[in-house]
Amino acid sequence: MSDVLTRRRQAGEAGTARPATGNLLHARGLTKRFGDILANDHVDLGLNKGEIHALLGENGAGKSTLVKMFYGALEPDGGEIIWQGKPVVIDNPASARALGIGMVFQHFSLFEALTVVENIALALPNPGNMKALAARITDVSEDYGLPLNPQDVVADLPVGIRQRIEIVRCLLQEPQLIIMDEPTSVLTPQEADRLFLTLQRLAGEGCAVLYISHRLEEVQRICHHATILRHGKVVSECDPSLETASSLASMMVGSEVIGVNHGAMAPEPGPVRLKLSGLSAPAATPFATRLNNIDLEVHTGEIIAIAGVAGNGQGELFDAISGEMRVDPGMVVLDGRACGNRDVTWRRRQNAAFVPEERLGHGAVPGLKLSSNIVLTRHGTGDGLVGTGFVSTARAAELEQKIKTTYDVRMSHDDPEARSLSGGNLQKFVVGRELDRNPGVLVVNQPTWGVDAGAAALIRQALIDLARSGSAVLVISQDLDEIFEIADRIAVISRGHLSVPEDARSMTRERVGILMAGGAEKNAGRA
Amino acid sequence: MRIELVKRKEHSRKMALLSPVIAVGLTLVAAAILFAASGTDPFLGLYKFFIEPLTDSWSVQEIIVKATPMVLIACGLAVCYLSNNWNIGAEGQFIFGALCGSFLPIVYPEFETSLTLPLMLVLGALGGAFWALIPAVLKTRFNANEILTSLMLVYVASLLLDYLVRGPWRDPGGYNFPESRLFSEAATLPLIGDGRMSIAAPVAVVVVIVLAIVLARTLKGFEIRVMGESPRAGAFAGFSAKRLTLFAFALAGGLAGLAGTMEVSGSLNQLLPTISPGYGFTAIIVAFLGRLNPVGILVAGFVLALSYIGGEAVQASMGVSDKIASVIQGLLLFFVLACDTLILYRIRLHSRRTTATGEVSRA
Repeated sequence: MSDVLTRRRQAGEAGTARPATGNLLHARGLTKRFGDILANDHVDLGLNKGEIHALLGENGAGKSTLVKMFYGALEPDGGEIIWQGKPVVIDNPASARALGIGMVFQHFSLFEALTVVENIALALPNPGNMKALAARITDVSEDYGLPLNPQDVVADLPVGIRQRIEIVRCLLQEPQLIIMDEPTSVLTPQEADRLFLTLQRLAGEGCAVLYISHRLEEVQRICHHATILRHGKVVSECDPSLETASSLASMMVGSEVIGVNHGAMAPEPGPVRLKLSGLSAPAATPFATRLNNIDLEVHTGEIIAIAGVAGNGQGELFDAISGEMRVDPGMVVLDGRACGNRDVTWRRRQNAAFVPEERLGHGAVPGLKLSSNIVLTRHGTGDGLVGTGFVSTARAAELEQKIKTTYDVRMSHDDPEARSLSGGNLQKFVVGRELDRNPGVLVVNQPTWGVDAGAAALIRQALIDLARSGSAVLVISQDLDEIFEIADRIAVISRGHLSVPEDARSMTRERVGILMAGGAEKNAGRA
Repeated sequence: MRIELVKRKEHSRKMALLSPVIAVGLTLVAAAILFAASGTDPFLGLYKFFIEPLTDSWSVQEIIVKATPMVLIACGLAVCYLSNNWNIGAEGQFIFGALCGSFLPIVYPEFETSLTLPLMLVLGALGGAFWALIPAVLKTRFNANEILTSLMLVYVASLLLDYLVRGPWRDPGGYNFPESRLFSEAATLPLIGDGRMSIAAPVAVVVVIVLAIVLARTLKGFEIRVMGESPRAGAFAGFSAKRLTLFAFALAGGLAGLAGTMEVSGSLNQLLPTISPGYGFTAIIVAFLGRLNPVGILVAGFVLALSYIGGEAVQASMGVSDKIASVIQGLLLFFVLACDTLILYRIRLHSRRTTATGEVSRA
């Protein structure tokens, strides 16, 4: 722990050594609030010309909110943006582009039915002659090593090329700052290498790049400077090339000491309730992660938490345990019964319960009332919700009332549609819906993602109480504070490999960082 | 001044009921303009088109005769559309069902027992379901777009019908006219009333009631709604998207095939090269105008049937082309879909002045 603190102090020093104001863009005290959540809390950030600047942070740390304010897609609630020495109001993306700020989004905004040149023409203020534009596209794209054929139809192009279109579209407007939101998440390693060359070339010409990424190795490789956000605040600045991937990870997940008394809640290990053995599954899509020979035993009375940086196989692991993805029977065993090939209803009947990461659209149907959303996961579990094919709306309403009071779900009127609830309240509802069954095995992915502190505390307490009452709880989370607060044992997932769970009392954040940065794979190999 | 659509937090129940009414109102206005543009008195046109057919018992019965197949087909389509399965080929399922239902009375005309009619209806429903399962299987097995495959099968079915009535199934005593032999008494649906209305009409009402209960009260209905709105949540609930696609198509095809068989057995009494004035396509409008709700579909079917009879009426009495019926049906679908926007969005008028002052105060 002290190691991490030293490194943080060093990082802090590095931050102060560097001039706090950037000569291109300087954000001063930027603040943005969404309801109860402060997404950006007095953020200061300086960007210099010709700098590739990484913006790091966990999911929900406020990275996207910050860059959206730079791009004019969100309006700050407080603070100011200084562009080349002058305060500016960026009230829409067009005025951002006029200033020379371009953005490449994580999800592309292209018309599939149109050609490359047509798509680019649509985004330019005065595209001019299409032939001349096509020639310019060919020139610029070749020049920067991102060759494009202007006449190709977007629908026929792979994602890597589509991203090129967005980048070239940006370049044609001769920007001084390009913001990239997780650009490599959709690229193959070769395509990513090519992108890095382009970025380095741009930086050499004096253009600044603000680079959001979860992949710490690539940040170390190409970025000159990094700003780390946590819970909406700048917690640290550093030169990533002087850091290790694990020290960067520690900065992202934070290192405050939290007063949790593990000794008092350490349970006697009971029988195994959930067992994964040799769980492997190929990647279903080019961007999914394959699961590699995962072994895990969750005992009665304990909470095991799986830490990891987003996109390392957490979603795939959840789907394999819940039964949304089928695997070989013996790979998933619930209370001694092999069920890797059984569906989610069968597993629920085995007294297992699941809470997915995505509340709206996965854990709940946005347009259905809460009472109907109770039927969603409990129609097969003998809760009296379904008799001879008919759904009992009275019973659903009764359960809705009960969950609402027990888990303090706040709503503007009785039994609203799921979509109208705030994130925290909906999360209390989807967790409460499963806890209300008193399940023997509970698997929950990101239990408090984007949830305010009060609701998060309530949910964590409920998870601990469930485990202490004799259930086995598996928590998948990217929030290390949460993991250290509730877990009895901690494992780390990295590129679809799971490390051997270690006692939370002896586990350090630094060790988690090492495992996150790839150590989990070696560790899993040894076990 | 700028018009903005603002997303509502929840579906507006009021707008869900009001939107088809607004759509009908806008259609009436558009129809009046159409009549005026084609040089006729718009008020007389609207009266002859929409009101006069309701004033006499014969035309009311004709409206019911035309509404029956559309209501049956639309009920099945509603299940498809609610579950996100875009079956556009009900016309083909109607025709293929009618062919299968006509097999007995045409190929074995001497088979005249009390079993004849029930067997025909079963064959018709099975035939329609089979025809609908083709695009369903192509979708679940090969991910083929069901909009295209189901639509293309319409033309296959109607050309098959054309071939049969001109070739192997042509009436041997029919002076070479392209039509089949007339159905025997045992193969004819019992009539009710003094016109062409058969027991098909009460059958459609029973289907409406059963489907309304299934959709509103049962787990199957719940599954259909969940899968339509959020397939990922449906999978989390343990429902299978593939099985539901097969179910929805089979049900829609079965009902269309049943409607087709009842149409040839009850109204036409024989197979002709054309047995449907586009019921399978108009039923798409009926389904959406009826809010994909069986009871709503019953009302909407009546409105659309009125447009067929009204089209004939204005052609006969005012010399307006009966194509106007198709135009009005198209307008109605257009307005229904456009008005549905209001269910989840609110219209807000934005004056430029307030935004401008907002900028000043911030700067």
